[in-house]
Amino acid sequence: MAQKGTWTVKAGLAEMLKGGVIMDVTNPEQAKIAEEAGACAVMALERVPSDIRAAGGVARMADPTIITKIMEVVTIPVMAKARIGHFVEAQILEQLGADYIDESEVLTPADEQYHIDKAAFKVPFVCGARNLGEALRRIAEGAAMIRTKGEPGTGNVVEAVRHMRMMMAEIRKLQNMPREELMATAKDWGAPYDLVVKVAELGHLPVVNFAAGGIATPADAALMMQLGCDGIFVGSGIFKSSDPAARAKAVVMATTHYKNPEILAEISTNLGEAMPGLEISSITPEQRMQDRGW
Amino acid sequence: MLIGVLALQGAFREHEKSLSYCGKDIITRQIRLPQQLEGLDALVIPGGESTTMGKLMNTYNFFEAITDKAEKGLPIFGTCAGLIMMAKGIRGSEQPRLGLMDIVVERNAFGRQVESFEADISIEALGKEQFRAVFIRAPYILETSPQVEVLAKYQEKIILAKQGKFLAAAFHPELTSDIRLHRYFIEKCVG
Repeated sequence: MAQKGTWTVKAGLAEMLKGGVIMDVTNPEQAKIAEEAGACAVMALERVPSDIRAAGGVARMADPTIITKIMEVVTIPVMAKARIGHFVEAQILEQLGADYIDESEVLTPADEQYHIDKAAFKVPFVCGARNLGEALRRIAEGAAMIRTKGEPGTGNVVEAVRHMRMMMAEIRKLQNMPREELMATAKDWGAPYDLVVKVAELGHLPVVNFAAGGIATPADAALMMQLGCDGIFVGSGIFKSSDPAARAKAVVMATTHYKNPEILAEISTNLGEAMPGLEISSITPEQRMQDRGW
Repeated sequence: MLIGVLALQGAFREHEKSLSYCGKDIITRQIRLPQQLEGLDALVIPGGESTTMGKLMNTYNFFEAITDKAEKGLPIFGTCAGLIMMAKGIRGSEQPRLGLMDIVVERNAFGRQVESFEADISIEALGKEQFRAVFIRAPYILETSPQVEVLAKYQEKIILAKQGKFLAAAFHPELTSDIRLHRYFIEKCVG
């Protein structure tokens, strides 16, 4: 008997995306450009994070028309975002046939206490995290893929670096801990004990871990790969730059050849203007998307 | 024995792991540039996105380099996207391919991700014990020439085939701990 929506199948798609770049797109034309550039998946949404930031107000799941139109024009997987805790948006996205759902802090949270019970769905979920405890809470809820939160829509990679370094450092700490210290650590970090034990044994997360939030250049993508992530999400970085097609291709190349400075130098040349960046200290605490999630 | 795993994008680490369980004498190498193909005894093309892999292969002339090695007898094992790359025909698509096997394939043939599944299948060549096969947005083989040996079907669809030193699977043996298919490749294709 065929079994659908199993853990292997959910986490397996993320394994297939590894070493690739997932790009935010807001219409079919952008989706085609992303696919043509070699994106391994696209994220269909109404506005890229930097526009969401500029517009303010409540950011919700995209109009289903946008998602279905994008699914019609590309053959690569199409992901879509649901608000934190908004399980009905997730039900709708699953019904539409989205290949992955991002329960995302980029949209306005619909629940300030609880996340979606992601294990209840056949469609797999990806969630953002700033540290290991947050990542393991999301995995325990059923997330089959993790990404750093970074600070979306800023074109500033500093927060994604902070989150990736934090996760890697905490994994190394667990690996070196005697077993009797794991329970108290699990309690301190707010992480499920069985997953803490698993990470201590494996030496890495039990799911694929991408970098997201502020990646704007091929160098940013390669930096995150060298810090140990499995692949890259680019939000505003592509379509807010002066030459999206060329930049998209360069970021794809940088993610594959992240250890090869010769190629990185070559593909970073003549890309035109990157998106304008934002200094993190210029963002008021209540405007920081990374603090959303519990 | 040195086995290369194409590491442009996709599940290349999982293949390296499965291969390493096949024997102490097996060494793997991640292949990101054509010159890294030199000295290989075999090549694995992993699952991933075939369009992404195709673009990355094009940029550094991988198509010529791999077909050249294949003509000289390099054994190749492709899974999922790897199967698509090895097919001569891809229905409804002009995307670049290696075209090493006389097969026509259909991409995403079982449907989108919510239709992805795992199932126990019979592969006679591997013995009586069933094989847990994981299908993720998987392709299947629509047509084969008489030179192609069909090794497994699922619901009448061809999902595993061999032609000389080339082996192609629509599913992902690298996502389970069952290494019988990797072992089969090493014994029957590399030999």
